[in-house]
Amino acid sequence: MFLTTNPQLNKNGELHHLLSIEGLPGEILRQILDTAESFVGVTQREVKKVPLLRGKAIFNLFFEPSTRTRTTFEIAAKRLSADVINLAINVSSQTKGESVLDTVANLAAMQADMFIVRHSQSGAPHLIARHVSEDIHVVNAGDGRHAHPTQGLLDMFTIRHYKQDFTKLKVAIVGDILHSRVARSQIHALTTLGVPELRVIGPKTLLPMNVDNLGVHVYHDMAKGLKDVDVVMMLRLQNERMQGSFLPSPQEFFKFYGLTAEKLALAKPDAIVLHPGPMNRGVEIDSTVADGSQSVILPQVTFGIAIRMAVMSILAGN
Amino acid sequence: MSVKPLPDAEQLLTALIAQMRPQVTPETGLIGIVTGGAWLAERLHAALKLEVPFGTLDVSFYRDDFQHKGLKRKVAPSDIPFEVEGRDLILVDDVLYTGRTIRAAMNELFDYGRPARIRLASLVDRGGRELPIAAQFVGATIDVKQSVELKRDAQGRLSLALSTD
Repeated sequence: MFLTTNPQLNKNGELHHLLSIEGLPGEILRQILDTAESFVGVTQREVKKVPLLRGKAIFNLFFEPSTRTRTTFEIAAKRLSADVINLAINVSSQTKGESVLDTVANLAAMQADMFIVRHSQSGAPHLIARHVSEDIHVVNAGDGRHAHPTQGLLDMFTIRHYKQDFTKLKVAIVGDILHSRVARSQIHALTTLGVPELRVIGPKTLLPMNVDNLGVHVYHDMAKGLKDVDVVMMLRLQNERMQGSFLPSPQEFFKFYGLTAEKLALAKPDAIVLHPGPMNRGVEIDSTVADGSQSVILPQVTFGIAIRMAVMSILAGN
Repeated sequence: MSVKPLPDAEQLLTALIAQMRPQVTPETGLIGIVTGGAWLAERLHAALKLEVPFGTLDVSFYRDDFQHKGLKRKVAPSDIPFEVEGRDLILVDDVLYTGRTIRAAMNELFDYGRPARIRLASLVDRGGRELPIAAQFVGATIDVKQSVELKRDAQGRLSLALSTD
């Protein structure tokens, strides 16, 4: 029933917008991961480009600053031969008082085919998706505390690349779950793909109330939470989203929840460490771990391009 | 209405091998188009005793019907384990029809490098060309209205069947 009402899917149940991983069937997640697999090979060729989206106009609408995500979307669109237009809107029309929907309507009038949207307010990409015409696709590139689906998908791609089978894994997500749209996307994706044991580790002040309703095990102690896990997913401490006193100090946070080699030794010996970037070294992760042999943080960035190519090409074809 | 049986794929493959044998060198690169062409390339590669490993190509990202069809079918990674630049290549496909798949395959190949020559081998030729493309090696020419596909059973035996889609 919910399938027909999911605003991301068209009447055939195919992905039309990518707004959130929540509510997407595993089949669609696997289609994206499998398609991305083929795009990884494209980037190793003499010509790192395919003609799939030739002539399409893709607008990067960033109402909130971002370097990595915007750049990887831009590279992905260019490798699909699309034309990419980058707009950092906090410094242009928003300051002149234009509304989000007016901005989008104007860009749609410029024959946009796809909007990649980042916004500090949860739900902004949904709002845009509801108001654009039927032939325009919207991708959420991170909205407030709500969701960051392409980050969640590239994390799934990375985990599958190193660990193959989701159904045998113990996974821990560590840090500022409360403010993290990445964590929410990861939890929905890992659950949908059948991870049997999912843990979240963090101080009470940085865990959402009722987080255990999402089907996760809650830990406040790293030593217990990291024991025997296959995958450690670190989160960035979201200083810019914190108003009020969530933490005594970054030093205090590092002492209890920063990932050091000692704490990582409690996980399985072949456990991998992910981080969505940008990293606060010495706050949530120690440099010896970030640059160590178990870190897959840089491969995540590379896979992120293939995932975004897959998402854009699947949407454009539906 | 009488239905003519489709020819035996294994016999056509034998005929194809005989045609190709005098026309290849150990350095010739075979590239099979996923999925039927890739099965054929594997068999041809073994029978022709080529030294260069065979490659496989999934042309989904180069098709000219993306606008209408999108990426519906499961895409397999293309894998060309040799240098394309300057090489003598033979593209292998199961059924040659409009020629559009072959155009897409050639476009993709040129993104790997500039081959010395590309020839085309096809198990069957259905006619119906929409582009100026011809195969240099053909197992048989057939006249059927419905689309035809290659199948491979658990023992690896190849057979032709009328397609259901």
